[in-house]
Amino acid sequence: MEHYISLILKAVFVENMALAFFLGMCTFLAISKKIEAAVGLGIAVIVVLTLTVPANNLIYNNLLREGALDWAGYPNVDLSFLGLLTYIGVIAAIVQIMEMVLDKYIPALYSALGVFLPLITVNCAIMGASLFMVERDYTFGESVVYGFGAGLGWALAIVALAGIREKLKYSDVPEGLRGLGITFITVGLMSLGFMSFSGISL
Amino acid sequence: MADTNAKQVLFGPIFSNNPIALQILGICSALAVTTSLNVTIVMCISVIAVTAFSNLAVSLVRTQIPNSIRIIVQMTIIASLVIVVDQVLKAYAYEISKQLSVFVGLIITNCIVMGRAEGFAMKNGPALSFLDGIGNGLGYSVMLLFIAFFRELLGAGSLFGVTLLPTVNEGGWYIPNGLLLLPPSAFFIIGLAIWGLRAWKPEQVEEPDYKLSRHKAKEAF
Repeated sequence: MEHYISLILKAVFVENMALAFFLGMCTFLAISKKIEAAVGLGIAVIVVLTLTVPANNLIYNNLLREGALDWAGYPNVDLSFLGLLTYIGVIAAIVQIMEMVLDKYIPALYSALGVFLPLITVNCAIMGASLFMVERDYTFGESVVYGFGAGLGWALAIVALAGIREKLKYSDVPEGLRGLGITFITVGLMSLGFMSFSGISL
Repeated sequence: MADTNAKQVLFGPIFSNNPIALQILGICSALAVTTSLNVTIVMCISVIAVTAFSNLAVSLVRTQIPNSIRIIVQMTIIASLVIVVDQVLKAYAYEISKQLSVFVGLIITNCIVMGRAEGFAMKNGPALSFLDGIGNGLGYSVMLLFIAFFRELLGAGSLFGVTLLPTVNEGGWYIPNGLLLLPPSAFFIIGLAIWGLRAWKPEQVEEPDYKLSRHKAKEAF
């Protein structure tokens, strides 16, 4: 249990997807002008990450990795080069299924998330989490916890940035720095803040 | 689209329509791989190759793809190209591919590749799309190399791994600025680079949401 708690804290703060690994930056910068939109996107990312990372973990461990096809009678087959193609396929499929399920059973949530769901397929944070999971050899339990933690960290970062930007629009920014430029510098300062967590060992 | 346009398509994205500074595309990987120039150059070449060939391939089959499944077709083309790049890097530049870790795989979700395939290659012929791919890849590379140049020179006192400013630890005089090797510095450099670019080309400046009203004489006293 302790192991999982330290994993989740590490994923949320120390190895924050957005601020330490720069993942999901495009959506991070584009959809952070309004807090409501940022919260919606954040929740969608948490849900999709909690589903896709474990799903990819199962696929990697049971089908793709070297010797994983032992149960089917092919002990020497190594399909790990197909990984990239498989993960993106799984992510696209899960997002699509989620969209249909939400549309049918929870229309309120669907209309709230509507625009953001398709965007998530091309969010590098989702793909990145799956790739990190493979690189670090997480077990199934760890991958569930890691997926959730990574999503939570990303959501936290985008909501915080949206909060700052809502105030920032009233300030007098130099002309060339307006918009994208000042946003980058703000994110840099936030990232500097998050770096203070990196000394913590759990 | 005439020949005169080819130059515009190839060189336009480098400064006047830079994918990173103006289109907000492909920032994710731009920041993570810029701590040393060697790694950055490999990343740039990979991105140029993937963008160019995916644009070419998408453009070739653009009339055959049913509209409803075009995204998944583009994804498959891009993912296959990235797998090729990944395998080539593992075979010929193993050390660098270790350093790039997951970021080669993340070229798939790099919005530049997707964005250009969807926005340009679906509407234009193969030759022009190929050039557009190279042009956008170059625009991305220019920005990346610019960031990597400052981060490696000031952060580690070297360029391409060759020491230019001998650091204190090795008996020289330069005290390296460790901050530049850490994530936040990339954001600062890119923010300042955008400022510089917009000071040079003022037409890229964004419209403000709110304008400050001028002080009235009565209020000021």
